[in-house]
Amino acid sequence: MGTKYALGAAINAGLRAAMTRDEKVIVMGEDIATLGGVFRVTDGLADDFGTDRVIDTPLAESGIVGTAIGLALRGYRPVCEIQFDGFVYPAFDQIVSQLAKMRARSQGRLSLPIVIRIPVGGGIGAVEHHSESNEAYFAHTAGLRVVSCSNPDDAFHMIQQAIQSDDPVVFYEPKRRYWDKAEVSDEPSRSLHEAAVLREGTDCTLVAHGPTVTTALDAAAAAHEDGFSVGVVDLRTISPLDAPTLRKVAAQSHRVVVVHEASTFLGIGAEIAATVTEECFYELEAPVLRVGAYNLPYPPAHMEDRFLPNVDRIIEAVDASLNY
Amino acid sequence: MTVTAEPTTTSTPEGTPSVPVTKSSDILEARQNDPTSTAPFQLVEENGNPTRAGDDLGIDLELAQQLHTDMVLARRLDHEALALQRQGELHLWVMSWGQEAAQVGSIRAFRDTDRVFPSYREHAVAMCRKIAPADILRQWRGAAHSGWDPKESNVHINSLVLGTQTLHATGYAAGVRLEGSDEVVVTYFGDGAASQGDVNEAFNWAAAGSLPIVFFCQNNQWAISTPTTTQMRTPLHVRAAGFGVAGYHVDGNDALAVHAVTQHATARVRSGEGPALIEAETYRLAGHSSSDDPKRYRTDEELSAWQAKDPITRLERLLRNAGVGERHFSDLEGRADTFAAEVREQCKSIHGDDLATVFEHTYAEPHPVMRSESSQYLARHDRTAG
Ligand SMILES: Cc1ncc(C[n+]2csc(CCOP(=O)(O)OP(=O)(O)O)c2C)c(N)n1
Ligand SMILES: [Mg+2]
Repeated sequence: MGTKYALGAAINAGLRAAMTRDEKVIVMGEDIATLGGVFRVTDGLADDFGTDRVIDTPLAESGIVGTAIGLALRGYRPVCEIQFDGFVYPAFDQIVSQLAKMRARSQGRLSLPIVIRIPVGGGIGAVEHHSESNEAYFAHTAGLRVVSCSNPDDAFHMIQQAIQSDDPVVFYEPKRRYWDKAEVSDEPSRSLHEAAVLREGTDCTLVAHGPTVTTALDAAAAAHEDGFSVGVVDLRTISPLDAPTLRKVAAQSHRVVVVHEASTFLGIGAEIAATVTEECFYELEAPVLRVGAYNLPYPPAHMEDRFLPNVDRIIEAVDASLNY
Repeated sequence: MTVTAEPTTTSTPEGTPSVPVTKSSDILEARQNDPTSTAPFQLVEENGNPTRAGDDLGIDLELAQQLHTDMVLARRLDHEALALQRQGELHLWVMSWGQEAAQVGSIRAFRDTDRVFPSYREHAVAMCRKIAPADILRQWRGAAHSGWDPKESNVHINSLVLGTQTLHATGYAAGVRLEGSDEVVVTYFGDGAASQGDVNEAFNWAAAGSLPIVFFCQNNQWAISTPTTTQMRTPLHVRAAGFGVAGYHVDGNDALAVHAVTQHATARVRSGEGPALIEAETYRLAGHSSSDDPKRYRTDEELSAWQAKDPITRLERLLRNAGVGERHFSDLEGRADTFAAEVREQCKSIHGDDLATVFEHTYAEPHPVMRSESSQYLARHDRTAG
């Protein structure tokens, strides 16, 4: 392509490509057809593919996922939009007990190729329930795949790969990066469940995903100024984790700091810390450290700058790791 | 419009308690669970003249002035708040513009001891419960997740996850029932929220337990960009019957009709007859919120048709026709100006607490993670004054 896309527009283009390729792909959610979604990610799709395939649903998240399951049983590949991260919970049973388990419950006879798109994370000054990072709930559930894109190129390719998957995929979109622009390539550079090493480092590696990848890159650049070689891995896939890449960077830099917006307690960072510790114990110079939000309900907007992990807190953790 | 004095029984499910019908409430009683009702109940026509029902029931001019005052002040809050949002003083504002009659007409029919469970657009309700502008704006300024103490105002904090509050209200009503109190609970929700499972569970639960609760739906025709026709095939006041909930259909832009219907329904609920649902047909004259652009999904014709039904204009016409003097209007204008200045001043005086307070408010009892993380936090930041 070579043209620059905003992250949201790249997902739009990816959806368009998937819908063009396979007429069984349908898109459904609240306010996604006429309005094009509150973030305009589905803008124009209803005009181009019709309202049979781009569906404004009644206002019911359990209904969106539950009926998507029925549609998938009938041979469709639904892509569900959840309007904001905090509104996925009414669909929790349908996702965790129904969507995730159907294949195992049917001895592998029934596949549910459903994608659940969720704009995720904070930093946009929103009111409550609009800034959550809830990937750990779904990553904890066997039967679901969970991915998180951080840039337009990945957004464009990963949404298509997710739609092509015969398993259910929870697809996270970093809402505060929807307007970030970058070039989008014609072909995907890697498969859906591979992490990307964005920056090599020999002193320490930051592992981030979604909205915090940019923050991690900024922190690595700042550390570089101070004379440290800090790498950055964009996780891209949360479930399954790309353990080989994690092993590789741990062996290379001997120190790992995980960064995410979700609270640290039982967050993805804990799983990464355990994985790296179990598999690379003798390579490590310091315990894997985690930088995340405090273990609190997401606070009111005026407190969010102090709540979310930022460059300073990442550097603080890198220092702690280096001085361990 | 015609109003039959005969209660319609066709859709009334077996077991719906029969109500001792008093003469004056015949008309309202007839409006219950009427599946043929396409025209909602009205007391005042758009031109300000009483309808036949208005003539029959009589117009309470004192009440009309009170409701008119409430509505004018509520709309002024909307104007000021939207302006404050545009100036960057608020993160977001959700306008109740056009829905003032549904809100003030209903809340004024309850006792101050009746607990309210709002959704998020009920600023006019909050004002009638004497909640200060600063407390209404606090949440939208990003300073806190809730603005007031429900134990003081008897208004629960806003619920932004759609429909969830209807179950809380139902449980609260179950508590009221257990204690044998004569309080009634009211919960507000939208036409869109009515599609949520929670809301329908609440209807069923309340009916099964014959609980003292009024479900008040402001059907403002839209859920962001989604029209009511996408949400449902059967009107909500008819759906109520299927649950065994007494359903009422009222013109939500007719403050007096809303008040009359709510008063009637509430009396019925208070006397132990089980839950009621009121569907107030109204219109969201502004966008969904300060970040919405309604031009993307609705026509100018639709908007102007509803502008012609403006609830404030209607009551103003009624009052003028009835000979209420200029004094009421000019005094009110002055009051609204004073109030507007107060809103602006109070908004700018809102300063949120420090994040440190969230560590204190998350659990009732001491928690080791809160303790360790708040000290980490305080090592990084000075606590700002609240
Ligand atoms: C569970 C849930 N899903 C989605 C949303 C996002 N959302 C906020 S308001 C709204 C529309 C609500 O429409 P309605 O219930 O008719 O109330 P209105 O805004 O018209 O007053 C939507 C979809 C939400 N707040 N909660
Ligand atoms: Mg609505």
